[in-house]
Amino acid sequence: MKDILLGNEAIAAGAYAAGVKVISSYPGTPSTEITEAAARYERIWCEWAPNEKVGLEVAIGASMAGARAMSCMKHVGLNVAADPLFTSSYTGVHGGLVIVVADDPGMHSSQNEQDSRHYARAAKLPLFEPADSQECQDMVLAAFNLSEQYDTPVLVRLTTRVSHSRSPVAAADVQGQTVLPYVKDVQKNVMMPAMAIARHKLVEERMAQLSQDAGVVGRHEVTYGSGSLGIVTSGTASQYVKEALPDASVFKLGLVWPLPLNDLRAFAGKVDRLVIVEELDPIIETELRAAGIACEGKALFTPLGEYSTSLLRRVLTGEAEPVAALDREALTAAPPRPPVMCAGCPHKGLFMALSRLKVIVNGDIGCYTLGALNPTNAMDTCVCMGASIGMAHGMDKASDAALSRRTVAVIGDSTFLHSGMTSLLNSVYNRSDSTILILDNSITGMTGHQQNPASGRDIRLHEAPAVDLAELCRVLGAATVREVDPADTKQVEKAVAEEVARNGVSVIIARRPCALIPSGKGSPQQVVRLDRDRCTRCRACIRIMCPALTAGPDGFPVIDPTTCNGCNLCVRVCRFGALSGGGEKA
Amino acid sequence: MISQLNLVLAGVGGQGTLVAGKLLGVVATRLNLDVKVSEVHGMAQRGGSVITYVRMAPRVHSPIVESGCADVLLAFEELEALRWSHLLAEKGVLLINRNQVVPMSVSMGKATYPENIIQNLQQAAGEKALVRALPATELALQAGSSRAVNMVMIGAMCAGLELPEPIFREAIDSVFPEKLRALNQQAFSLGSAIMKDSKTLGI
Repeated sequence: MKDILLGNEAIAAGAYAAGVKVISSYPGTPSTEITEAAARYERIWCEWAPNEKVGLEVAIGASMAGARAMSCMKHVGLNVAADPLFTSSYTGVHGGLVIVVADDPGMHSSQNEQDSRHYARAAKLPLFEPADSQECQDMVLAAFNLSEQYDTPVLVRLTTRVSHSRSPVAAADVQGQTVLPYVKDVQKNVMMPAMAIARHKLVEERMAQLSQDAGVVGRHEVTYGSGSLGIVTSGTASQYVKEALPDASVFKLGLVWPLPLNDLRAFAGKVDRLVIVEELDPIIETELRAAGIACEGKALFTPLGEYSTSLLRRVLTGEAEPVAALDREALTAAPPRPPVMCAGCPHKGLFMALSRLKVIVNGDIGCYTLGALNPTNAMDTCVCMGASIGMAHGMDKASDAALSRRTVAVIGDSTFLHSGMTSLLNSVYNRSDSTILILDNSITGMTGHQQNPASGRDIRLHEAPAVDLAELCRVLGAATVREVDPADTKQVEKAVAEEVARNGVSVIIARRPCALIPSGKGSPQQVVRLDRDRCTRCRACIRIMCPALTAGPDGFPVIDPTTCNGCNLCVRVCRFGALSGGGEKA
Repeated sequence: MISQLNLVLAGVGGQGTLVAGKLLGVVATRLNLDVKVSEVHGMAQRGGSVITYVRMAPRVHSPIVESGCADVLLAFEELEALRWSHLLAEKGVLLINRNQVVPMSVSMGKATYPENIIQNLQQAAGEKALVRALPATELALQAGSSRAVNMVMIGAMCAGLELPEPIFREAIDSVFPEKLRALNQQAFSLGSAIMKDSKTLGI
């Protein structure tokens, strides 16, 4: 019987079957579940690294030591890991090395929709692109074999629809976890100019050889249909092709880089019209055109967002779309239901304080990015992991004291450890007048509760050394470091007002665990209660936009007992004593 | 025996649509069908709209159920029924939990919660599709937990479409940990019973 696995779980199953020994990753949607699923296999050393660059370097070290190793990340994480990625292409591997990168076309939970296939071309690395969970498992296995056979790291590229779709997987045979004996090889593993010049030549030869062999080792599927239309596609897009165009001839690529150009040329010769169907950028199309193979691609299809079966039908067959039973036009539009900060989130109070102070907030990546939305609207910028601190410093240097005195950076504990620490060092070194708020919720929240170097637990929840964030900031040279309770908005307001007025670098650590982790969660007895006699229906409690507290049809607040965490934020904003019962957490 | 089904589970974070999707994946394999379950992660605690697609057939390619292609739409909340109703195919079945979770836009006074969603959907469907409402949240509470609303909905669908009940029963046992099995089986029974009391839904 086959298991129904998420694409991400199937990647982990493939890595286990391949005998992987070390996996080091940083969480990021939609890649996070790979490393979490891998941690369920006891024989694999799994860890959360502080960032993707460290994660990949750990995997490179493990590979050089002779073990099979893997590092997993989301697309923007590969930007962080790009430095070791490019040079690991030169060193090659000892034990097999696979880097899994999950792209997010449509930006379900990302700040851009970059196409990571560019990295394969730029770093001169082979790249597989699975289209379902079975292929996730099988292509990871193939990637490890290819890695060792051609002495190269191998990229496996996923997209959200592959990572987060479940489909049946027939388990693979499990290989032993062999570790090759360590070999000191300075020419191969020490990349200074003399050695790297020689290695670069080998890289070019390797890619030329892989181009030759791509048709054989690439796990491609070629089917000839009854029609004159030929499609070249890969990954998620190939599923829409098969659904929409059952009569077309299809060259579904497994290895997307380097392309099997000879096979593709032969395929092109057998069809009247060749169309490339690839989400995001025209990578396959550009390469085919460069090779003199006539084709259509982005002239027909958008580089934006996700594709669909109906899009393909519309563009390529002109077939009518399925008729919906209910006419959307005839119905009332549904009001939106955007995500908000969780019920009981203690850091919501901090954003209410920032909102009241009307400061310029340089935001960062995490749950707290939701602070940019209603009701707090307390965020001016958000670019990438760790950017807030450097940007606040840049604003300080670019502007007069009046602007600088009302500018802050807001960053989470995990994001600070990811790439905020070096920016803090820079702010100190370059004599910044900035105020940095570290929102310490003791976990990596947005991606679903992954441990980090400050949380005191490792990926398997075993006790681990925990860095003291306040001490760390002092050692990095912050002039003042103070701690506040983010749920106490008055205390936060006072602290921020004092620190923005001060010269030098100030750090305010707002410390309260995430409301959803066991230590932060209220018990059912602590659910907030409403006294209707005291309630004036002023809606002050509604305006905090807690998912557990909504306005009833009669205007009185309604408290959802299954969602309420007893955090007391609503109790605190009520001036009439109408809300009570939300107990303080232990 | 059923050979092909496109399902959509629509709800609000925390209503158990992900678990229901996982269960339907198990059901599909027990029916010897290929299956794809496509999930949206990260909204569970944040009150967002959550949608799960389940497609089962001898061979499934796309993981997405597109507009006008859903044989069954299980809406765990009334507004979500309205939001995703365009997915319903002709002759499709829409089961709605009689339950309103007010979104922030409405609480904040920036939008109004539409009135008479169920009647309006029934009217718009006419003879083209079947729209039925049931008190799934109340039945789940009867079974022991509001979180079991997903199994009430699945039970109702199973009975309404005359799907093979033992396969669902086995799937529940395989998906839930032992201490939650009885509760979820009971929720399934209550959902199933309310449908058996009325005339069968044909698709």
